[in-house]
Amino acid sequence: MVEHGDIRVVHRGGSKINFREPVLSHDSRLLLCASGECVKVFSSSTEECVHDLQGHTDLVTGVLLNPSNHLQAYSCSADGTVRLWDFTDGILIKTLVVGFPIYSLYASAHHNGVLFIVISMASDKRSELFQLAALHLPQSGDQLVEAREFSSVLGDVSSNPAAIAFGQGGEYIASAKGLHLEVYFFKKQKSYRFSLKEDNKKGAKNTFTCLSCHPKDDCIATGHEDGKIRLWRNFNHKREYTYSTLHWHHSAVSSVRFTPEGTNLLSGGVESVLVQWRYNQETQKDFLPRLGAAITHIAVSPDGELFCTAHSDNKLTVIQSCVKVSAVIQGLVKGESVRTDLMVDPRSKALVLNGKPGHLQFYSLQRDKQLYNLDIVQQEYIHESGLQQFEVVKAAFDTRGNWLATVEERKQKDSTLELNLKLWAYDEQTQSFVLNTTVSGPHEARITAMCFCHTADSQTTMLVSASQDGHFKAWQLAEAAQTEDEGPFWSCDFVGAYHSLVPECCCFSADGSLLAISFQEVVTVWSPASWELLTTLSQPPGAIRDLCFGRQSCSKYLLGTTAKNLLCCWNLLTCTLEWSTSMDVSLLLSDPLSENMAAFCSHAGCTDLFVFKPSEPRPLFSHKAICSGKVTRAVFAPREEMLESCEESSQWLNRSQLYFLTQYMDLMTFITKAEEDRLMASSKRLVIDDSVAVTPFYLLLGKHRQQQQEKQDRSFSAERNQLPQGSVAIKELLHTPAHVLPSASFLCSMFVRSLLISVTDSREEKKSEEEEMESDKEEESECEMEASTMGQGQTAEAQETAAPALTKAQARELRRVKKLDHSWLSSLLDS
Amino acid sequence: MASFKPTKIQVYPKLGEKVTQDTLYWKNYKAPVQIKEFGAVTNIDFSPVAPHNYAVTAFTRIHIYGPFSQEPVKSFTRFKDTAYCGRFRSDGQLLVAGCEDSVVRLFDVSGKVALRMFKGHTKAVRVTDFTSDRYHILTGSDDYTCRLWDIPNSTELTSYQEHTDYIRCGITSKLNRDLFITGSYDHTLKLFDARVNKSVMTMDHGQPVESLLLYPSEGLLVSAGGRYVKVWDLLKGGQPLVSLKNHHKTVTCLCLSSNGQRLLSASLDRHVKVYNTTNYKVVHNFDYAASILSLGLAPDDESIVVGMTNGILSIKHRKSSEETKEISGQQKRRPAYRVFVKGKNYVPKQDDYLVSKPVKQHLAKYDKQLKRFNVSKALDTALETWTRFRKPEITVAVIKELDRRGTLKNALAGRDERGLSQLLNFLVGNLVDPRFAPVLVPATEMILDIYQSVIGQSPVVDVQLQRLQDLLEREIGYQQDLLEVLGMLDTMFTSSLPRKEVPCSGISRPNGLAQGDASLTVL
Repeated sequence: MVEHGDIRVVHRGGSKINFREPVLSHDSRLLLCASGECVKVFSSSTEECVHDLQGHTDLVTGVLLNPSNHLQAYSCSADGTVRLWDFTDGILIKTLVVGFPIYSLYASAHHNGVLFIVISMASDKRSELFQLAALHLPQSGDQLVEAREFSSVLGDVSSNPAAIAFGQGGEYIASAKGLHLEVYFFKKQKSYRFSLKEDNKKGAKNTFTCLSCHPKDDCIATGHEDGKIRLWRNFNHKREYTYSTLHWHHSAVSSVRFTPEGTNLLSGGVESVLVQWRYNQETQKDFLPRLGAAITHIAVSPDGELFCTAHSDNKLTVIQSCVKVSAVIQGLVKGESVRTDLMVDPRSKALVLNGKPGHLQFYSLQRDKQLYNLDIVQQEYIHESGLQQFEVVKAAFDTRGNWLATVEERKQKDSTLELNLKLWAYDEQTQSFVLNTTVSGPHEARITAMCFCHTADSQTTMLVSASQDGHFKAWQLAEAAQTEDEGPFWSCDFVGAYHSLVPECCCFSADGSLLAISFQEVVTVWSPASWELLTTLSQPPGAIRDLCFGRQSCSKYLLGTTAKNLLCCWNLLTCTLEWSTSMDVSLLLSDPLSENMAAFCSHAGCTDLFVFKPSEPRPLFSHKAICSGKVTRAVFAPREEMLESCEESSQWLNRSQLYFLTQYMDLMTFITKAEEDRLMASSKRLVIDDSVAVTPFYLLLGKHRQQQQEKQDRSFSAERNQLPQGSVAIKELLHTPAHVLPSASFLCSMFVRSLLISVTDSREEKKSEEEEMESDKEEESECEMEASTMGQGQTAEAQETAAPALTKAQARELRRVKKLDHSWLSSLLDS
Repeated sequence: MASFKPTKIQVYPKLGEKVTQDTLYWKNYKAPVQIKEFGAVTNIDFSPVAPHNYAVTAFTRIHIYGPFSQEPVKSFTRFKDTAYCGRFRSDGQLLVAGCEDSVVRLFDVSGKVALRMFKGHTKAVRVTDFTSDRYHILTGSDDYTCRLWDIPNSTELTSYQEHTDYIRCGITSKLNRDLFITGSYDHTLKLFDARVNKSVMTMDHGQPVESLLLYPSEGLLVSAGGRYVKVWDLLKGGQPLVSLKNHHKTVTCLCLSSNGQRLLSASLDRHVKVYNTTNYKVVHNFDYAASILSLGLAPDDESIVVGMTNGILSIKHRKSSEETKEISGQQKRRPAYRVFVKGKNYVPKQDDYLVSKPVKQHLAKYDKQLKRFNVSKALDTALETWTRFRKPEITVAVIKELDRRGTLKNALAGRDERGLSQLLNFLVGNLVDPRFAPVLVPATEMILDIYQSVIGQSPVVDVQLQRLQDLLEREIGYQQDLLEVLGMLDTMFTSSLPRKEVPCSGISRPNGLAQGDASLTVL
């Protein structure tokens, strides 16, 4: 076993940002949202991440502005702490240790010193029942405070944070669960419960999904599973309550929200349409359609200028109050599974996987940001549950990133499978992929594997697709037709089959001279040049699961894993099995930049990683239990700069980094100790002006400005004796009302004069500068002279050393050199 | 925000031959003019001087036609028997012709009576030509000899008796007055130099030679015989360059296009093929009604004249550029250019504040209706008469889109008699089209399910349904036939292809799988 002391498995970006409702700061410039174990602060105008508020050790379950200080925010987490942050500077102010996992957090400006948290009923175990409790904040100045003083307010509440809200100046709190709405009045200390029937005649479900209270009126808006919105009034009476119904949504309303003034009601759901209802004129609605994915949360800034919607595709949309989208913050989109493998775009080095339905997303691993979405399906997405949509199931890049091949499929219950193979060419001008060829129905059944030929130097690229219909096809770029003005397109070059078995995996060798295709338990090796079947290899029993050619020095090896827990390595020169070992490999992967291979083995509910070279029996690196569950997707991403680690166990991470997706769709990676240290250091170094969002542009300009400032500071530090704002006179001046002061023009000239540096000083400085310049010149000329004299000296030396061997011609030449006129140098010196 | 994505209309590959530059060029001829001659047209020769009249040798006559006349401007009828090979001299003044009665006659183009009669051959003279110095005549005859004659003295200069069979074709060099080539039924081509008394080069064609052609540079020689057209490099001593086998009957005539880029060959199989002379690929093909014996191409390819065995002379004139323009002008009347650039080429000044106007998305009518989820209306729009007949792919695309949205059933249901019969009519027209079948078959099933209950209530709909049933039965029959043919072909292929053994490592310790033959199908 190899030691792996300094390599750790870490989460790497891509966490959910739509998990909880985002929060807009008071001035609408910053946007806070819970993202995994930290709180992210985005700029609402530039979409850039300003801060990562790190400190929680478990999932953050709620973010909230401090009602008593609008520059601070509370966050609660499942690790049982509530933390208070200064989010503009990214500083942790206080940590309150509660001790139980907290599921959501509420506060009201009218309840000073009290936070309301949702915790589970039975305090020790994870039960399904939750209660709302009031947490009294201890008056201690310490950073870390134990807060154990809390009292239950409402029992049996929903764990959904959207189902609890404060109403009208904190007078009451409303909570909805199942078919019941409960309103608790703090003054009366009394709660009212209203129930709906399970469903009405048409079979629609009346279950509550969310609620919002009107800030001025006694009105509660509730959203329901059947798409209705009910507006409740008169709920401080047990019997005489009324409600009216609004219905536009066709399926569950996931969020309703009143604007701070109470003039509008916003609602959203699966349809991904933001609906703005006028309060009291509910027939008038505004719509903002095609927001991309189902709306999960709606937030409104305290001044009502901006709305923010969170979407199910891990996206935050910032919307101006005139119902216009102003910014989109997109995280890594993660569905239930990644149908396409993880890939790395050779050009942008971005991670590519399927994102939104029918799209491929390009995700920058370095910056934890989605670069762009490529629309593969190019069809209007219908937001309706239960509808079969086209899905991108396979994608492949060629070596240089010039071509992208995608397969989309749609399977309906009773009709045939619809398959499309699309080939995209990289367009230098638009810097994106442009559709080149669409092949509808490339195969008769599902495509099981697809790969591009790897050769970097060949002009014609080849794509091989294998399908369940028992054939594999080779596609090649055909030359353009003679007269057609359209460019070259792809067409089928070869169709092959083997004993009517189903091909499962295909793989090109590193130089592109061999193609290995596995047909159940047989590996066939073909020559792509002549389409000859060269040889067959097999190791029964057990169908082949993965195939990989060795790279670089190990390119004579072909590795395969079988379903019967065997990892085999064939030598292609002798066509024999070189070695095999028994392990349940769920994924076999080769590093494109080295000869290393990575094998993920599932063992007792956990996954182990082995990194090895095909030529050596001993693994380079092994790590037990990197995560629970199976790992089925992983990728080697090339590093931007090479690491220079010489330890044997971490050398495999020098050129590329291994990323993998766990069963629970977490993106993880391996990190060495040295790298971690470096990252920490760089994050500390990066202190940013808090008022401005950090864009690359800013970094560029800001640095420049900083340098300038530093320069100025240096130059003025000597003579700056007294700061003007410190003087008593100026203080007085600033505090007197403007109408009793002398005219601004008079004051201005005085003020400007006070800022000026005395005249004589500057002149002197100038002079000295001039002198310096002159002296510089002189130095330069002196240098020249020296060089010339040096040259002479050298020749003289040469003369001396080589004197006996000089021929007549050389002597003559020397004499000529001696006679050369150097008067121009002296004239230069004089001037 | 993202805008509405319109329905995708599938682009289906165009069936039929591809349009290339050559097809455009060679199709740019008017409908052929057909003239009935008295017998098989054996030779066509264009006068080298304007107005490029051409001599047509048919049976016992030679007619001379003007470039645009359908009546002969001149005819020579003084032949005792079938005339052969009427050819113009390079100045267009004289015409020579052989005859079945072995006499070679020389005519003045403006006169009627033969100026000279060359007697000496013992059998029919099938080949006549002028040498490039204009003073001699080359003749080739069925008596296996070829001779050179002096025109002024009307005497025989030399006679070569090297061929061992009929001489049926011959050509003189345009650059050298002494060189000429003859082709014979003894499968050989012989190059003669009048300055020596025997042939200087012999090439074996392999088939009876029917026609010869020299390239303008005279470095290459093309010969036709049997089903083959062969190209020879004379400068390399008669080395064969290419052998073309594109006809399935004897090739009778060869011709070169005016720019020397295309070679034309005519054959008894009723085709004229056009080859590219750089790669010798067939780039175009003409079909004619009968076997072709002779072919002529006017200078600048102004007209193609073809003579056939049934005595019909077919003349195709090139369309003048004005005519083609006129036609295209009629097809598309577009608004003036300035309408498009109106306001677009305005360059904003420095202080101008630019207000960007959102680009308005233009959607088709059915897309607009789909956007508002009016599915039935969208289908109605797609089923409008013009779309249904002219662009069925649009209708199919809309049906597909509705199916994708899961609302096809709603769109199809609730139609009255007229609407339903319209829909059925469309299905009857397009259901069996292989391009549309995957989409239309489920839709048809859906329609039958929906309207099951109303069958028999309307005679109009019943008629359509009956038609649909007939169509399907017929189609099923076709498919069965096709599968039978496929099965037959498969047996033939498997029996004819050699079984290929796959090399497998001999040491079959861990690798001992039965050696398999890969079934390969190459598209």
